[in-house]
Amino acid sequence: MADHAAHTHDSHDHAGLWDGAKEPFKASYGKLMMWYFLLSDAFTFAGFLIAYGTLRFSSPSWPVPDFVFSSLPGDIHHKPLIFVTIMTFVLIASSVTMVRAVQEGHRYNKKGVVFWMFLTILGGLAFLGCQAWEWTTLIGKEHMTIHNNPFGSHIENGVYLEGDGHDIKAGDSFVAGSSYMVHKHAGEWAPLKYKTESGDIKEQQLGPKAFGALFFFITGFHGFHVFSGVVFLLIIMINAWSGIYAKRANKYEMVEKIGLYWHFVDLVWVFVFLVFYLL
Amino acid sequence: MAGHLSYEEGKKVVVKGLILLGIVTIAEVLVALIGKGYIIPGFHMPVWLMYFFMISMSLYKAYFIVYEFMHMKYEMPGMVKSVLVPTVLLIWALIAFFTEGKTWKEWRAHTKDVAVNISNIPASKHAEHKEMAPVKHVEEAIHGEAAEAIDSTKLNHTEEHKVEVEKH
Repeated sequence: MADHAAHTHDSHDHAGLWDGAKEPFKASYGKLMMWYFLLSDAFTFAGFLIAYGTLRFSSPSWPVPDFVFSSLPGDIHHKPLIFVTIMTFVLIASSVTMVRAVQEGHRYNKKGVVFWMFLTILGGLAFLGCQAWEWTTLIGKEHMTIHNNPFGSHIENGVYLEGDGHDIKAGDSFVAGSSYMVHKHAGEWAPLKYKTESGDIKEQQLGPKAFGALFFFITGFHGFHVFSGVVFLLIIMINAWSGIYAKRANKYEMVEKIGLYWHFVDLVWVFVFLVFYLL
Repeated sequence: MAGHLSYEEGKKVVVKGLILLGIVTIAEVLVALIGKGYIIPGFHMPVWLMYFFMISMSLYKAYFIVYEFMHMKYEMPGMVKSVLVPTVLLIWALIAFFTEGKTWKEWRAHTKDVAVNISNIPASKHAEHKEMAPVKHVEEAIHGEAAEAIDSTKLNHTEEHKVEVEKH
């Protein structure tokens, strides 16, 4: 400890404490600033998710996630949460390969770093592909946009008076709290008519408007983080390959820093997954 | 970033992390599906229990990612505090905003009740009111407790609100 301090002092004889003579918290400047950037980013995401919670609390009904997110590629429906669980695994796996890349960096194994970073990038791209499919289905087939949300839930019991040609037939009954999706026919909303227990005839309403905007903004903001992460991972992988990090002799610290960012993206997904898909 | 773990130990943490995060995620999804009656027909779990389980499991995953994968465990205490302590502010934000959200819901019910009572305002204004889609939704919801609560104050407030609406 004493030796270390003396050495630091000698090698920076001209530099005072406030001129960067000593690393705060024994962490390099770059790593420390990455942490504080991630802290501020965490607040941004928290702001988005808290806005979601606030609007959900303020609405008398809210789309049920395991009804909204229940499609899989290959025209498979009514399999709640399966696709998003796969997406979560993809992201966890890419976080794990990132840890491996950092470990290989610590022992100056260039090939190892490049190999594990490459797998991490593949994981990131796979996640983005899944998200692209999810968005395409929601926008193209289910007509959810930032202005319109076809997913609603009933607030009273009743019986449908007409069918939608998909899942609902005339005469089907439903209970309060059950979910429905308003379909479009020839570009127009086609809400179904139903009869309530008290005998009133009503029409399905579109769900809370904010749902679509919140979904696209929050998962989009997260997806953009994944995309930027993939770009930076790619640059750093090429740099690692070229050998410039080995020359710096700082245990591939750059790989460690992008690793922090990449784990953060996974961390945020834990909460997006919780708030949007589980609760 | 010091040599806290040997290479072999580090590799073990990676395998442990993969299995642990995987199992916790599967557990969360199973609780969501079983709790809502998708797997065992007719079986439901209390909502508070499901929420408690999912939120604590997610916090555990977050802890694991930050402490193991991001190596927070091996940083200086001062640095750990400088990053983690500010997030305590979010507890305030959660309480403040969610309470606010609940209040909005109560007020929407109230507004609807007022809107129902201003049938004598000019036709153009009336049309605007009809377009308020969410209000339609609320109609049924407020027949319960909110309507009763408002009933007693309705007569006093209706006049004031009528004036306000006409000003707009």
